[in-house]
Amino acid sequence: MSRRPYIRPMSNTTWYLSNGRYRRYMLREVTCLLVGFYCFLAVWALAVLATGSPERWEGFLRSQQNAAMIAVHAVALIYYLIYMTFDWFKLAPKAMPVQLGERKVSDRSIILAHYVAWAALTAFVAWLAGVIP
Amino acid sequence: MSIARKAVVWGLFAAGGTISAFLFPALIGLFLLVAIGAVPPGLEYDSIFAFASNWAGKFALFLVISLSLWHAAHRLRVVFHDFGVRKDKAVANAVYLVAAVGTLLTAFYLYRI
Repeated sequence: MSRRPYIRPMSNTTWYLSNGRYRRYMLREVTCLLVGFYCFLAVWALAVLATGSPERWEGFLRSQQNAAMIAVHAVALIYYLIYMTFDWFKLAPKAMPVQLGERKVSDRSIILAHYVAWAALTAFVAWLAGVIP
Repeated sequence: MSIARKAVVWGLFAAGGTISAFLFPALIGLFLLVAIGAVPPGLEYDSIFAFASNWAGKFALFLVISLSLWHAAHRLRVVFHDFGVRKDKAVANAVYLVAAVGTLLTAFYLYRI
């Protein structure tokens, strides 16, 4: 090691601002807060359901119906799709390259397969919830 | 950490990431429908109670919530580091504790339903 190693000056708190890739990385990683938020919203719903009272469940659903919640869910949905779901699919061929025999499956096919699986799962959840017959 | 343990921990993290990437848009969409007053028939008391009292429904709910919580906790730990917080041990204890509490509550409420 040299006696005076060069240490590039870098901020611990704002390092990602200088580079578009780093910014996108940070925008993706903070979606973990949304995952946590919706997990605990689901836990709350289960807590209400566990009381076994239809009136309380009705009350819980009504408590969720206001302009603030509409705004939160709408923004969260768009942000989540762009920075978590679609970003995740874009990374999939790098994280899980697939090889069939001698041939390497193209990135495009892997990404496309993810979109198809996502659409099918979303339709399944919508069917489970009775949104689509 | 041994390699074998690391594989399990990382596998759970990846499973949680896949589940949350694929399923959460639909779940957020359901909450949005509730918020605008168009409650999906499957979220009316009788249907959701039937779903959550069935062992397959319980298993699905527990798997989705617990793995997503674990995944989010691990990522939040890294996010804290990325934003310049250099107290990894305290951060790790806090985020994993919250995830563990969420998992235990999920198990408890599902058991009661």
